[in-house]
Amino acid sequence: MNSKDFYLALAEKKLIGSSCQVCGLQQVPQRKLCPQCHAENTQITTFSGKGTLAAFTVIRVPPMHMARAGYGSKTPYCVGIVALEEGPSVSAQILNVDLANPDEISIGMPLRMTTIKRESDPSERTYLAFEPC
Amino acid sequence: MRQSNWAREVAVVGVGMSKFGAFPEQSSRDLFVEAFLELRDIIDKDFELDQIDAFYLGNFSSDQFEKQAHLAPILANWVGLSPIPAVRVEGACASGGIAIRQGALAIAAGLADVVLVGGVEKMTDLEIAEVTEALATAADTLYEIPAGFTFPGFYAAMASAYMTEFGADQKAFHQVCIKNHQNGALNPKAQYNQTIAQIMAAKKARAVQKGKPSPEWENEGSFLSDPRANPSIAWPLSLFDCSPVTDGSAVLLLTESKKAKQFTDHPLYLVGSGQASDGALNERKTLFNIPAAVTAAKHAYAMAGLKPEQIDLAEVHDCFTIAEIMASEDLGFFDRGEGWKAALDGKTRRDGPRPINTSGGLKAKGHPVGASGIGQVVELWKQLRGEAGERQVEGDPQIGLAHNVGGTGQTCVVNILERRN
Repeated sequence: MNSKDFYLALAEKKLIGSSCQVCGLQQVPQRKLCPQCHAENTQITTFSGKGTLAAFTVIRVPPMHMARAGYGSKTPYCVGIVALEEGPSVSAQILNVDLANPDEISIGMPLRMTTIKRESDPSERTYLAFEPC
Repeated sequence: MRQSNWAREVAVVGVGMSKFGAFPEQSSRDLFVEAFLELRDIIDKDFELDQIDAFYLGNFSSDQFEKQAHLAPILANWVGLSPIPAVRVEGACASGGIAIRQGALAIAAGLADVVLVGGVEKMTDLEIAEVTEALATAADTLYEIPAGFTFPGFYAAMASAYMTEFGADQKAFHQVCIKNHQNGALNPKAQYNQTIAQIMAAKKARAVQKGKPSPEWENEGSFLSDPRANPSIAWPLSLFDCSPVTDGSAVLLLTESKKAKQFTDHPLYLVGSGQASDGALNERKTLFNIPAAVTAAKHAYAMAGLKPEQIDLAEVHDCFTIAEIMASEDLGFFDRGEGWKAALDGKTRRDGPRPINTSGGLKAKGHPVGASGIGQVVELWKQLRGEAGERQVEGDPQIGLAHNVGGTGQTCVVNILERRN
């Protein structure tokens, strides 16, 4: 179980994490050591990809890697924290929301997982994203 | 975590600070020397360099900002302190607050009687996009940054959670900005010496000068609500919600408390100190506050035997306006969900019942990240000794608190200082 497994799974459109075989704690991303009961007995779990929006922002001053992908002051994007139905939360880009009216994006709205590839990304990674459902 | 106390009490006996701002001519060592020279001049009584036993430096990332790692021995050498131990400590934007704690620990442990604590960051050599990239390394670069988060974005997300939970709006954020600029205007060391009203008037004058109609801003609030004047950076935060990119340095001299009066008649005693850590933002149970701040404050209050209402003034980590509001609740000054109302009501103004960031805060004084936590204590030193000039808080304040946050709250340090009559 290594860090890169998360992105390898995303390339197959799967959201993975780990579940502790001792206390049952679910984690995203996956971890070898359970931070709750400290057992070294976790297994990779595939999550349903269903959740709700817990916090978000619409970014108009992007970091370099997002600017390379075409985002900027006139082409903003939404990123947020998604509370998954299994319990843990995860950071992800939020697609298909009204970027011109962030007031209308509401915390608590149901989301489903999708993935995104970004332009001019030398890593050619697949990234985690969510969209309203 | 067990309840802690100093094995030996620690005092602050002198402070120094460079001007905060953008100084293309100066390197971090120049800024540090400027702060150190002020410290040397400020010590009331005899002070010889060879009295210093150790040096702790708070610095986030000279590696990225100046391509210079291993900065502590260089700075120690530059002010003539070799060969004493010189240690750099890093906790993102809380590096300075941690350096104070580490210096105090060295004294408490009996390893040192006199410790120099410094903080420095030289940030403006890089382009703004590069600065953003460097700061982003304080977050989780495996999972958070690839998602698209930036530092304004993290605090904006916390702001979205706060607004939804407590019904706050951006007007409360504007009040934090207006207040901190009013205080910064009275601080000669601050990066911004203009109030928002003055910035607004200057923009109006510039428009008229260019032959354009004068913008119709009625007051500071309408100026800050106008996206042309105050563009969105990461909704709900705009430009004037964000602390600036800053060059600067600040230093303190700490001693074992029994030796303090050898250096000054009016030392400050470090009566409480707490530090806590946390995971990435998505790991937290609540997103409308900074849990590590609650823990650090709890420990600092317990160690000092003080309650939040006994704190006369506080310097808090307002890297973004929302951060000051969350801090005012995490530190127990206001009930959860009441901090934004307190900001709107002016309770945290210099002349209010709970003065916060009389220095101008990170917002107006500037945020040279490794120096910020030490700059906070420089302000407490001035206020508690009655030396804050035009921005002096009335009522003979005796107890001050410094709250310094690293990253999105993966690190928080709270230090409480007391003047004794």
